Amino acid sequence: MLDIIRKGVLRKGIVTSDYPQEGTPRYAARLGFPKLRTDLCKAHHVCFRSCPTNAIQEREGEIKVDLGLCIFCAQCARSCPEGAWTMSPEIELAKRSRSDLLSSSSIENKSIQELGKSLDAMIGKVFGRSLAIREVDTGSCNACEVEVNALSNAVHDIERFGMHIVASPRHADLLLVTGPVTRNMERALMQTYKATPEPKLVVAVGACACSGGIFRESYAVRGGVDRMLPVDVYIPGCPPRPEAMIYGLMLAVGKLNDKSR
Amino acid sequence: MTERRMIDILSSMPPELSEAVISRKVKGNEIWMEIPSSLLPPVASHIKNLWGAHLVTFHAVDNRALTGDFKLIVLMALSGEDDFVVLLTSVDPAFPQYPSLTPQIPCAEWYEREIMDLMGLRASGHPELKPLVLWDDWPEGIYPLRKDFDPAQIIPQEPHAYPYRRVEGSGVFEIPVGPVHAGVIEPGHFRFSVAGEPILNLEVRLGYVHRGVEKLSESTPYAKGVMLAERISGDNGFAHSLAYCQAVESLGGAQVPERALYLRTAYAELERIYNLLGDIGGIALDVAFNVAAQHAYILRERCMELNDFITGNRFLRGVNRLGGVWIDIPSDKISKILAQLVRFKLDIKEFSSLMLRSQSVLDRLETTGRIPLEVAKELELVGPVARASGLDRDVRRDHPYAAYRHLSFRVPLRREGDVNARLCVKLEELQESISLVEQALGSLPSGEITCSSFEVPEGRTAMSLVESPRGELVHWLISGKGGRPFRHKVRDASFHNWRAIEVAVQGEIVPDFPLINKSLNLSYAGNDL
Ligand code: SF4
Repeated sequence: MLDIIRKGVLRKGIVTSDYPQEGTPRYAARLGFPKLRTDLCKAHHVCFRSCPTNAIQEREGEIKVDLGLCIFCAQCARSCPEGAWTMSPEIELAKRSRSDLLSSSSIENKSIQELGKSLDAMIGKVFGRSLAIREVDTGSCNACEVEVNALSNAVHDIERFGMHIVASPRHADLLLVTGPVTRNMERALMQTYKATPEPKLVVAVGACACSGGIFRESYAVRGGVDRMLPVDVYIPGCPPRPEAMIYGLMLAVGKLNDKSR
Repeated sequence: MTERRMIDILSSMPPELSEAVISRKVKGNEIWMEIPSSLLPPVASHIKNLWGAHLVTFHAVDNRALTGDFKLIVLMALSGEDDFVVLLTSVDPAFPQYPSLTPQIPCAEWYEREIMDLMGLRASGHPELKPLVLWDDWPEGIYPLRKDFDPAQIIPQEPHAYPYRRVEGSGVFEIPVGPVHAGVIEPGHFRFSVAGEPILNLEVRLGYVHRGVEKLSESTPYAKGVMLAERISGDNGFAHSLAYCQAVESLGGAQVPERALYLRTAYAELERIYNLLGDIGGIALDVAFNVAAQHAYILRERCMELNDFITGNRFLRGVNRLGGVWIDIPSDKISKILAQLVRFKLDIKEFSSLMLRSQSVLDRLETTGRIPLEVAKELELVGPVARASGLDRDVRRDHPYAAYRHLSFRVPLRREGDVNARLCVKLEELQESISLVEQALGSLPSGEITCSSFEVPEGRTAMSLVESPRGELVHWLISGKGGRPFRHKVRDASFHNWRAIEVAVQGEIVPDFPLINKSLNLSYAGNDL
């Protein structure tokens, strides 16, 4: 046993990431979300045609990206002859309402440090120092599940924030929903929601859950969790990185605090 | 070579079969034979039994607008050489039936249920023709893969009860599990019949993740289809997009530059490495060996960070493109990657000894969840699961693609077919994969990473097999109008391997189910499409 501890644990030292204390994570995500430099844009509209999810839209003469639809594939950046699109490394993209996901070139967000500071106090007040999370897959490709699982590994370790993933919706404060809500999962999702005690939160994780994503137009999906349930926080990404999920969860806890006040 | 094989096969057939062959041709390494549908079962089983062929995929095409009928396509891989047999048969729309292959080729069972669900062709003589991927309230007579299906229509709901197999007797009771599970995994439903602890029967009901990928692909231009393919099964996304790209490239006759082939190989193995580590960690976790599990998950995280470092995406998404790859690896990065791999190798060695030395762990793993070789053959299992039962099958060696023919690697094999054998195979594969990345990056040819853009003519057929982390998968494409597929058939590794779980748990106790399940690492999304 000593041998195991020496080999398995001690030699590794501390592996837990310092997100969010250090602000942005170690790895700048080079395939993050697309940002348009309006000064370079010559309105060729090549990006409109190359986008697989029609996430790029023109509203009141301004080109915007619907981050709820965007799968961060970089096709817009790769196809633009002017190089007007860049893939931004920012990951703190979660929003409290679907309409906030329609971004123009700049995205403003509360800083993670700000959120983090008051977090402990918030979780303590509302849930007695812990937040119980139940994950529901409504038809995702499994990439979101891989990242949700990564939240509990030693590197991302959400237990350090008092958050943990529980086995049953009956023990949960928050439902973390992934997938475009297939017709096959519709009933199970509603039953899971009903089984979750009040007060409860719903967080849509990934492009599929936010909007139906790349599967939006299929006969087999409903397209977006908010067609079925009230969603409190949307976390864009395909899949969102673990840090992006941590940010979104913190935003959700903040929201809960507002709710119960 | 293939020509010779065709003649051998034809002359080996009894005259009543060979004389009934309507037409035949050789296309590359594929032998195409058109036969009447009534002869599908005898011809397929003849080729399987005499030529050691295995079923790769079986699907239907709605060809009514072109030739006035439905087509059924059976693809079989011949053993020994890189040759395939394609059996083609016609089904009359006025009488949408064909004789079932299942009695002769048990692996066809799910294919025939899928064809019934999506195309509405009935396999007569099928032992249990019930829905596979469509939900219980789907009305009869609406088949989404038919060309006259309108995706925008409102589909009425007609509740039906799903006919589960029943085991009856005193003291037998049922445990339903899922679709929402206790762990963070994909949705599926398991119906156990147990007598006390031992499992008498398990029935798996899938389809919860059915997103209509094949239909969606028919309206998706090829370049965007790459992104769709990446999202068929998240953690095997590179393998799927690779198979899709290779199929489209062969439709258009594109020549992918050497450097791209080597890069694709390196990326494919990087995907395998993080997947294998996840599987191994899962096995450790399910025998409550937490120290080892955390160790494996840390390593897995490091691998995904390495993916991120190289490509900007933890899942290697946005890497493949038609004609090559988007992302090159410059030489200064290569040396960093190679240094990291050396560290991985040491860690994995240490980890293996940690995992395999503990007697209490071995007690849980050995003889648990056995899949005998005969069963593996009957169900045409693929990937590490097949190899742990002694079925020596690996697309990278048997039907080489990308740069595999230039690299050297072993295909680890075990005979026991239990959880321990699957763990050992995966641990060994991990080392082979690291070595493959080293070889591919160490001998990276110079040059372009993509070919110039190409057109895909209408009405061509192409397929591509890839060894995904879960095993052999195939994409089959028929090109259509407007730069889109006319038909896109996807068959994930798990579509074959799911069947194994019902066998592997028989007689085992319920608490061992999660362990057995984890050792098989089955994809729900890849299966349900
Ligand atoms: S990154 Fe991809 S999905 Fe997002 S806006 Fe650009 S092209 Fe569309």
